Amino acid sequence: MANGEAVISVRGLTKTFKGKVAVNDFSLTVNRGDIHGFLGPNGSGKTTTIRMLCGLLTPDKGEGECLGYDVRTQQSLIKRRVGYMTQKFSLWEDLTVSENLEFVARMYGLPQRRRAVERIIEWIGLGDRRASLAGSLSGGWKQRLALAAALIHEPALLLLDEPTAGVDPKARREFWNHIHQLSRQGVTTLVSTHYMDEAERCNKLASLEDVFIHLMARRREP
Amino acid sequence: MNTKERTLSLSRFIAVVVKEFMQMRRDRLTFGILIGIPVAQLIIFGYAINFDPKGLPLAVVRGEESVFTRNVITGLKTSGYFRVLDPPVSAARARVMLATGEAQFALAFPPGFAASVLRGERPQALLEADATDPVATANAIAAATLISADALDRDLPPGLFSDLRRREGAFRLTVHRAFNPEGVTRYNVVPGLLGVVLTLTMVLVTGVAITRERERGTMESLLATPARPVEVIFGKIVPYVIVGYIQVSLILTAAWLLFGVPMVGNIVTLLLVTLIFITANLSVGVTFSTIARNQLQSVQMTFFFFLPSIMLSGFMFPFRGMPGWAQWIGSILPLTHYLRVVRGILLKGLGFMEVTQFLWPMVLFMAVALTVAVIRYRETLD
Ligand SMILES: Nc1ncnc2c1ncn2[C@@H]1O[C@H](COP(=O)(O)OP(=O)(O)O)[C@@H](O)[C@H]1O
Ligand SMILES: [Mg+2]
Repeated sequence: MANGEAVISVRGLTKTFKGKVAVNDFSLTVNRGDIHGFLGPNGSGKTTTIRMLCGLLTPDKGEGECLGYDVRTQQSLIKRRVGYMTQKFSLWEDLTVSENLEFVARMYGLPQRRRAVERIIEWIGLGDRRASLAGSLSGGWKQRLALAAALIHEPALLLLDEPTAGVDPKARREFWNHIHQLSRQGVTTLVSTHYMDEAERCNKLASLEDVFIHLMARRREP
Repeated sequence: MNTKERTLSLSRFIAVVVKEFMQMRRDRLTFGILIGIPVAQLIIFGYAINFDPKGLPLAVVRGEESVFTRNVITGLKTSGYFRVLDPPVSAARARVMLATGEAQFALAFPPGFAASVLRGERPQALLEADATDPVATANAIAAATLISADALDRDLPPGLFSDLRRREGAFRLTVHRAFNPEGVTRYNVVPGLLGVVLTLTMVLVTGVAITRERERGTMESLLATPARPVEVIFGKIVPYVIVGYIQVSLILTAAWLLFGVPMVGNIVTLLLVTLIFITANLSVGVTFSTIARNQLQSVQMTFFFFLPSIMLSGFMFPFRGMPGWAQWIGSILPLTHYLRVVRGILLKGLGFMEVTQFLWPMVLFMAVALTVAVIRYRETLD
């Protein structure tokens, strides 16, 4: 990483879907170890932005680096080093907890796959559910599984897209404990949310309010 | 630093294979259909094959009558396969009756038949068959051929004429299959079924390979990993090769045990060639799944591919009887070539070297399909 501190540094990201602007001129800098909140109402472009940061979407305009790799041209390198947790549960419901994790571990080519899977299951507390089909889990357990899958390859940057939506308060608290624990280990986290109280759990809220006001204003447009 | 990581990974390929296997195992319905389709088709076609119609109308062409002609006709009657129409008709009328379906067979004796038999010249009687439905006439023709061999033996007085009772019979029965020059027989159906079942199920099952990931939202998880198109596409094909082989063994066993289809050729050669055919069809399926927006669309595409395959490959209609444009389309389709290979190996005992000419069109087709699939597979959600 060139300047040492910035894990994410993007300027003027813009993405348009069939003439409809989803993200307009978005800039962001996230430093190492931060838990960076990313607040905005539904439809304001949070998911689209995160997808551009983790190499799933190519920005139409703008530039920048994620983990030192170009977000427009080095997407396959970004994918190997970023942990991404999707807004909607997107693991395989017809696979068990451990099968899902083993699959993801294989996709990242982890040398000691079994051990990596066991360690993450232990850490996140999914031990009793390892043989359950992912589709049979409740919202809170699905969320843990999704976080485990995003962490299994020990990424330096974690991108979480509304991770606690539809999860009960206890599970939510535990989830945030996990995130803070990771932060202490030096993992950088960017987390999107549309709850103000959740944004307060983040240690960086820079420009968040501007973004929020900006986005709220945009939503009121026809 | 390299700007893009372009290397392929065996580990990721295996990951996709294992995942597909597990999902296949859990998806009882699909697996049931994959086994059920060959069984159902076999029963349906098997019924048609075993269907052994008797009492088929036979018109006799008017001509010289003798004890010999009468006895041939009686022999045909007693076999049960023929219902002899009375009275004998003119040759022109017999042709009309064949064309209209009033008669399925027409039997004609040449002038001077009796004298010729007695002279030991083995004259030729002509049995013309309406072979548009070859399955229906095959048994009757077989019976007639058997009868002709010894029908006249007891009419030939011992002593002087005994040398006329030769093994080949006192006269020759020439069978002319009208309307179906290729004379597709019952044995052609079951080997053909092999190709038809594989075409339908292999395209159908991989046709949803990518669309299903997209519809369930799991595509995002897959794309978030460093998966490369080739790894995903091939990883999704491999498990179904094994399913294809299960189907092949089912059909071949049934063909042999239930329908007595002869297996002259080398089964190993057949299985080897089948690998190419299966992979070609799986490739088409994957290609469809990269194009289709949803599972319904990919099923529609499958039938769009399947129907010309059974119509224009020579499975349903004789290939040589089709118009040029239909033959042209047919020769693009893998099934056309596979049918020739299967029939060639099973029925005619062709070896590997002799069937290579049918292989390259399949390989070419597969290569094109796979290329389209890999190009169509996006590594991003754009
Ligand atoms: N793949 C897509 N195709 C078309 N429109 C999209 C697509 N993804 C997002 N959008 C649109 O872009 C806007 C921003 O969406 P999104 O990034 O999901 O917002 P958020 O995550 O903040 O709710 C929405 O209006 C949405 O309808
Ligand atoms: Mg969203």
